[in-house]
Amino acid sequence: MAVADTGAEPTVIADDVNIIYKVIAGQGGKGTAATAFRRILKRQDRPSIREVHAVKGVSFTAYKGDAIGVIGRNGSGKSTLLRAVAGLLPPASGAIYTGGRPSLLGVNAAMMNDLTGDRNVVLGCLAMGMSPAEIEQRYDEIVEFSGIGEFIDLPMSTYSSGMAARLKFAIASAKAHDILLVDEALATGDAEFRIRSEKKIHELREQAGTVFLVSHSLDVVLDTCNRAIWLDKGVLRLDGPVEEVVEAYNQSATGATTKV
Amino acid sequence: MSTAAEQTGTSDPAAMAERHGLSKSSLRPPLGSYTRELWSRRQFIVSYARARTYALYAGARLGSLWQILTPILNAAVYYLAFGVLLGTKNGIDNYVAFLLSGIFVFTYTQRSMTEGSRSLALNLSLIRTLHFPRATLPLAYVLNELTQMLVSMGLLLVIVGLTDGISPRWLLVIPALFLQTMFNVGVTLIFARVGTFVSDVSQLLPFVTRTWLYASGIFFSLPAKLTQADAPGWVIHVLSLNPISAYIDIVRRALLDEHVKNQLPHAWAISIAWSFIALVAGFVYFWRAEDRYGRG
Repeated sequence: MAVADTGAEPTVIADDVNIIYKVIAGQGGKGTAATAFRRILKRQDRPSIREVHAVKGVSFTAYKGDAIGVIGRNGSGKSTLLRAVAGLLPPASGAIYTGGRPSLLGVNAAMMNDLTGDRNVVLGCLAMGMSPAEIEQRYDEIVEFSGIGEFIDLPMSTYSSGMAARLKFAIASAKAHDILLVDEALATGDAEFRIRSEKKIHELREQAGTVFLVSHSLDVVLDTCNRAIWLDKGVLRLDGPVEEVVEAYNQSATGATTKV
Repeated sequence: MSTAAEQTGTSDPAAMAERHGLSKSSLRPPLGSYTRELWSRRQFIVSYARARTYALYAGARLGSLWQILTPILNAAVYYLAFGVLLGTKNGIDNYVAFLLSGIFVFTYTQRSMTEGSRSLALNLSLIRTLHFPRATLPLAYVLNELTQMLVSMGLLLVIVGLTDGISPRWLLVIPALFLQTMFNVGVTLIFARVGTFVSDVSQLLPFVTRTWLYASGIFFSLPAKLTQADAPGWVIHVLSLNPISAYIDIVRRALLDEHVKNQLPHAWAISIAWSFIALVAGFVYFWRAEDRYGRG
């Protein structure tokens, strides 16, 4: 497939990407030692392993300064696509090219739950390659942005999911990323945090970065993104200006199941 | 950045990616830059190891006092079982020091391996959140065990100092530990990779290490045992190829006054060889799967 070269500098190019992964789907049999033994004797493969073809032939090109909302129903391959862009899930065929290292920010991703928020900030920053001096300099800013307040001294296991998501977003956005992938991270925050993080995404775009945002909240997508990609059962349905795509998606959604 | 392809206006994605300096997202870095990246994260390794120790003892009333208590209690149990009850002492002057040096050296490698085999699986969420060289995690686990080993060694030096007196020969413990650490890093990296993709390994490892424990001459002197059993001469040469036996032996050479009669042949040479083989092989083996650890 040919890509139009418009002169704008691309940051992510997805070329006919197919992603297939293996999942352990439910329990085959009773899951006892006896059934496992019988399975080995009969030389069967593990019964519950199933292949999921999550993303099918998706191609797109993202440019500097783009904020792309990825929308679609549950299980349509949005998060999988983001993981592949981040380089965590190699495509079965096709290729994804990126400039620099994309950072994935997801709601399910926990850091170290036994440790306090404050230690997680330091560890997260060190893992991203910041120097101790740099961390000291940015520390207050990160904590303030997260809005965690005095809870920063408590272990992360005591945080609500919203608080954890806020802290993770604050840590990940402390570093200037060329490509930031946000997976539903903003959904759990409260209204005030959402406004702040939307501002942060705008900032990142202005620093000539590229932001991908997976969200079920179409309002958030409309507010923060200039472009949207609609995935339907792993296939790219539509790629274009955010208003158009959201409009089309809304129409199809009201046709099937109503979605807010 | 202008190349011939630019003139065509449209081009295939691969060429366009190359022209703009983009690279495949799931590509693992070349070995050289991976090593450099790893070095730049040394602060992370130290902090992570420290955080782990903290989390480990945070719930315990005695806190990190357990770092000292654990080796003492371990030593006491083994001394009771092998020194007193089974009477394996025979012919070894300072049996306590002989036994403890064996147990501490063995435990260092054993714990690095078993803990390290889960180092990636337990941190999958961290791996899926941030980009960093994955080898930092198993390295941090080895660092944890090294800290524990240094505490244990301090304890052992106190015991030997009280029983045999201080000797300049002790300085040889430093290169011995250094070599063993190189070996441990290597095997831990290997088991970290294997353990991530085949989680059965974590179940199996305890049995492997226990067998290893009994074969390594920790409770008894290997040469003495073999003479007693009338074994042919080549057996000792085969047994002394065991890396653990070699590392134990070089520590014992450094600490024990009368180890000459019990020592294994070529222990230093064998130790050095194993250290380099394990480190290089382990590092390359681990790096070759670098792009796949996130899949779990």
